[in-house]
Amino acid sequence: MIRDFTIVAQNVDMLLLGLANTAVLSVLTTVLSLALGALYSVILMAEGKCIRAFAQIMLDTVRCIPVLLLIYVFYYQLPAFGIVLNNWAAGLCALVICHTAYMAEIIRGSWVVLPKEYTETAISFGFRGLALYRRIVFPPIILAAAPMIGNQVIIIVKDTAFLMIVAVSELTHAATSIQSRYYVPFAAYVSAIALYWVLCRFVGMGVSLVERVAEARRG
Amino acid sequence: MSLAETATLLQGAALTILLSLAGILLGLPLGLAMALIRWTHIPVLSPVLSAYVSIVRATPLVMFVLLIFFSMSTFGIEIGPIPAAVLALMLNTAAFNCEIWRGGLIDFSRGQLDAALAFGMRPSIAFLRIVLPQVWRACLPGLVNEMSLLIKASPAVAVIGLVDLTRAAARVGAATYEPLPPFLAALFFYVVILLPLIVLQRIIERYSFKHQWFA
Repeated sequence: MIRDFTIVAQNVDMLLLGLANTAVLSVLTTVLSLALGALYSVILMAEGKCIRAFAQIMLDTVRCIPVLLLIYVFYYQLPAFGIVLNNWAAGLCALVICHTAYMAEIIRGSWVVLPKEYTETAISFGFRGLALYRRIVFPPIILAAAPMIGNQVIIIVKDTAFLMIVAVSELTHAATSIQSRYYVPFAAYVSAIALYWVLCRFVGMGVSLVERVAEARRG
Repeated sequence: MSLAETATLLQGAALTILLSLAGILLGLPLGLAMALIRWTHIPVLSPVLSAYVSIVRATPLVMFVLLIFFSMSTFGIEIGPIPAAVLALMLNTAAFNCEIWRGGLIDFSRGQLDAALAFGMRPSIAFLRIVLPQVWRACLPGLVNEMSLLIKASPAVAVIGLVDLTRAAARVGAATYEPLPPFLAALFFYVVILLPLIVLQRIIERYSFKHQWFA
């Protein structure tokens, strides 16, 4: 067993490269899906009943799609429509679309409980359009939703592992290549799991940092 | 899509349902047992489970499936892909269920249990008659949510060669060069599989608002 872990230690550069890829993919997915989710939540909170219902149905549908199904569609099947994405881009697109739905739902959830007077006051003070959302509506929502967003980020980190199936060289893929080259499955996977755990710990620390900021703002 | 291709998809859907159901049915009581161990602070076991839950919650299901399937043989245990998949799904969902059950148990007012014990109820009866009926209601929304997450994560079993609904759709798409029909069909099946859970959740939400069910 110790020999197995020594082999993994000799190939630690592969694992770390995988970890870096996983981290980059997670950060990109988080940022993009949070931004798109915020945009989408504006539609979910729109005045028109029809628009709202349609947006909700779209959202519920996307929430029924497993990430891997979407990854398959983007990587293997979009070329049939003349759209060719490499595995990295296809995977990123699939992850972003899936998680946009969840982020939109999270943001809507804490938007609903935001007092109406809050935005009405801002409007009466002359806030309009982008400034209204950027300065008044979203900051308290994002701060209040930080724990839920943090949970979602951990799900994103774990979902990047699906990309090994389309050969994106992220952490799971790196562990699998070490495993298959030296046949040290236990050592390789346990080491990778430890790295995932550290990554998720960082996310948790980020969330507590944001919560402290939120606490300070509330005064 | 031809008849044979539809049959492939249906087989995939059957496997998805079977694996998820097995994982859920085994993972629910296992999660409860783990939560009880942590709730009663049994020495040694409780901190071990705490570490286990923390690790599993940070582990991608793909990784977990691979770990179980490939490392079992390192320890001299031969395991087929289907048992490995069920084991992985069960152990994974049990960790999440443990946290949900534990949350419910922590919120449970302990005075009721003390009262039951003071009246001479045996601990097992007190648990079944007093604690569980209240705790499972409080936990139901979280548990149902975890079930639908498990079903959506179940395509991870494709890494050990199982052809579930997602994999079946990808196969049909690759064979026919027509991506959209199998994708939409798979989406339809997933909606059908998940819909009861979503409806159940909405009903619970409405019911609990009206009746203060969890009070």
